[in-house]
Amino acid sequence: MSPVTDLAARPGARADRTMVTFSLGGELVAIPTAVLREVIEPGTITRVPNAPGFAAALINVRGMVVPLTDLRIPLRMPVRPPDVDTRILVLDLVLDDMPCVVGMLAELVHEVTEVTGTSLDDVPDVGARWPRHFVQAIGRKNGRFFIIPDLDAIFAYQLDGADRKTTSS
Amino acid sequence: MTNDADALFLVEARQLVESLEQGLLDLKSRPDDRALIDGVFRDLHTLKGTGAMFGQVELAQFLHDFESAFEAVREGRIPATPALINLGLKARDHVTTLLDGGPSGPGADLLADLQDLVTGAGDAAGVEAPDWSLTFHLAPDCLVLGARPQGLLDDLRSVGASGIEPVLGRLPDLRAMQADRLYIGWRMTLPSTLDEAAIRDVFLFNEEGLEFDLHRDGSAEPQPEEDPPAAMAAQPKGRERAMMRVPAERLDEMMDRVGELVIAEARLAEIAARLGDPNLVAVAEEIKRLATGMRETTMSIRMTPIGSITGRFRRLVHDLNDTLGKEIALEIAGEETELDKTVIEMLADPLMHLIRNAADHGLEPAADRRALGKPEAGTIRLSARYSGAEVVITLADDGRGLDTARIRARAEARGLVAADAELDEAAIRALILAPGFSTAEAVTELSGRGVGMDVVKRTVEQLRGSIDIDSEPGHGTQIHMRLPLTLAIIDGLLVEIAGERYTIPLAAVEHIIELPDEHATAGNRTRFLDIRDQLVPFLRMRDLLDSPGDPGPYQKVVVVTAGELRVGLTVDRIIGSSQTVIKQLSPLHASLKTFSGATVLGDGSVALILDVPQLVAFGQGRDSMEAA
Repeated sequence: MSPVTDLAARPGARADRTMVTFSLGGELVAIPTAVLREVIEPGTITRVPNAPGFAAALINVRGMVVPLTDLRIPLRMPVRPPDVDTRILVLDLVLDDMPCVVGMLAELVHEVTEVTGTSLDDVPDVGARWPRHFVQAIGRKNGRFFIIPDLDAIFAYQLDGADRKTTSS
Repeated sequence: MTNDADALFLVEARQLVESLEQGLLDLKSRPDDRALIDGVFRDLHTLKGTGAMFGQVELAQFLHDFESAFEAVREGRIPATPALINLGLKARDHVTTLLDGGPSGPGADLLADLQDLVTGAGDAAGVEAPDWSLTFHLAPDCLVLGARPQGLLDDLRSVGASGIEPVLGRLPDLRAMQADRLYIGWRMTLPSTLDEAAIRDVFLFNEEGLEFDLHRDGSAEPQPEEDPPAAMAAQPKGRERAMMRVPAERLDEMMDRVGELVIAEARLAEIAARLGDPNLVAVAEEIKRLATGMRETTMSIRMTPIGSITGRFRRLVHDLNDTLGKEIALEIAGEETELDKTVIEMLADPLMHLIRNAADHGLEPAADRRALGKPEAGTIRLSARYSGAEVVITLADDGRGLDTARIRARAEARGLVAADAELDEAAIRALILAPGFSTAEAVTELSGRGVGMDVVKRTVEQLRGSIDIDSEPGHGTQIHMRLPLTLAIIDGLLVEIAGERYTIPLAAVEHIIELPDEHATAGNRTRFLDIRDQLVPFLRMRDLLDSPGDPGPYQKVVVVTAGELRVGLTVDRIIGSSQTVIKQLSPLHASLKTFSGATVLGDGSVALILDVPQLVAFGQGRDSMEAA
């Protein structure tokens, strides 16, 4: 499986990137702006019955039907209903070797920020609430920590999980 | 030469090659069919002509002799023997090689073989055909439009015209004569070796208002009487329907635009209904009518008959006859059945694989067939027919059928199924579609190409179709593929279930009834309804979709069909029908069997489209659903 964020892959990707930060479950999360297409306000959200919690809904983004994903599920964060601050990040990803537009829920979008290599730490072995294999690194900015989720690993897990289910049926 | 022109030439050449192949294969079974002989000749001629025009000198030279050979056939000088047809097929393969930029070497051998054949046969019946006599008048106003009769006469001379003389019978009185009008016609003799189409080609740019009289000299010669009418009949057929070739991407783009138009139209209709302004409502209805027409036209452009890909199947079977040493007949029915072009294109490879499989594994060797009292020649039958909103394509053979015991043993050996699993015959047959399964004891040259039955299944499912297998030991195997007519836009029935809206493809809806009171409360997931003296199972959609809350008192049952099977779906409310632009679900939702796609509604929200064949199979208890 090719990396989900292929579109964003470039030399030194981990060391020096522009990221967008947003709140989820009381923590700060950052993803590279290179995969970010736009930020939209949530319109009508359509539930997808029997879908995994990570991608349990569909939204309409300018006429496209786009799955809405929720990082709080794989990162095991508390979930609360949407409010006035809720936004959707529209991302350009590569799923199953196909370019895909995916929506990602954010409780509150903060800012676009430069993340340099020196402010990145490896994931500590202890003291983290979220599954380690879904987190790429921990960043620090103005004294606050933020999580850089491993989108490749998270999406690969969801897609593989889906594959397993089909073949066993 | 631009790349565009090259590409265009290649597209055209490949179509001609395909048509040529088809013609040759048909000719094999009907060697006396004049229309077929004419068709083969025309294809060779056009192929040679376009080749020369686009600088494909090797191609043109190679084809020249074959063209002559089939001209001889056309004129009845030599018969269309199987040997000649086989050679023609080889020539066709060589042309493909040349088009792909391959070596021209093997062509010389083919030409030598051809020479032997033609001279051998030609001695038997060598009657020289009489020369052509041509009289023509151009349109009187053609000079104003830029015609140059002098150039035309030069062209005719270059193809061998002789004895050219003017026809002056139409010259008017000198006072009535207008300087810019053409009153003169010409008459001439043309060599017998030319064919009629070649002569007509000279007049390609002067057809408007052309009066044209072409016949063979000396009607006392044994010239077949039916020749001119047959040629005349073939001529207008080719001309009356003007065709245009368009890149496929433009059609896809157009389909996308129509999809957006349909969605915008639905929003407009909703706004108009809300505001209630009669003028606005009238305009919205007009636009709806136009959008519907637009949709239908665009879809019809994309519809392609299955016959457009059957040529390669005939060829495959023709070749398999030799490679396998079995005598195989391919019967094709329903070639006129149309499907969306994307569907057709994606089906070609899986069908090739199925045919190869049927020939290789399905049909017994001739000796075994004789021992079983079957005709020695095996039959593979490919048929296509409409069934509701679907097309059913069936590939059947009259071979040995599937050996379920062996399939099961193989599947267990491969770990595809547990040794103690309880499977009925249909479930065991379906195992041959599983990844990692191959029935061939020894992988043969033919079947071991990496395209497995699992690829066939996956392709059909990608097209939102389904595949199932029937087989009776000793009496062959039938593989049925059900495919949706189109992938882009359908008529949908919008329903509401627990405040959520879903779309059901309207073509699959048989009727809608009230849910009888005795079924109103939930019990088992599957129950039966008595509809017109038939027991129809029904699914409680609220349970299936894990919907919150309780259903209201007036539930409806939408009875849907897939093939011959029916199932009822309970819904809270029917909203109405609407044009539905199908959007594929992302890979994140690909494993959900309940839905075949999603669509954008008039208010901009998304509704899921229920997958009727899956629901029907589930309701009939033949398949397990993801939903727990």
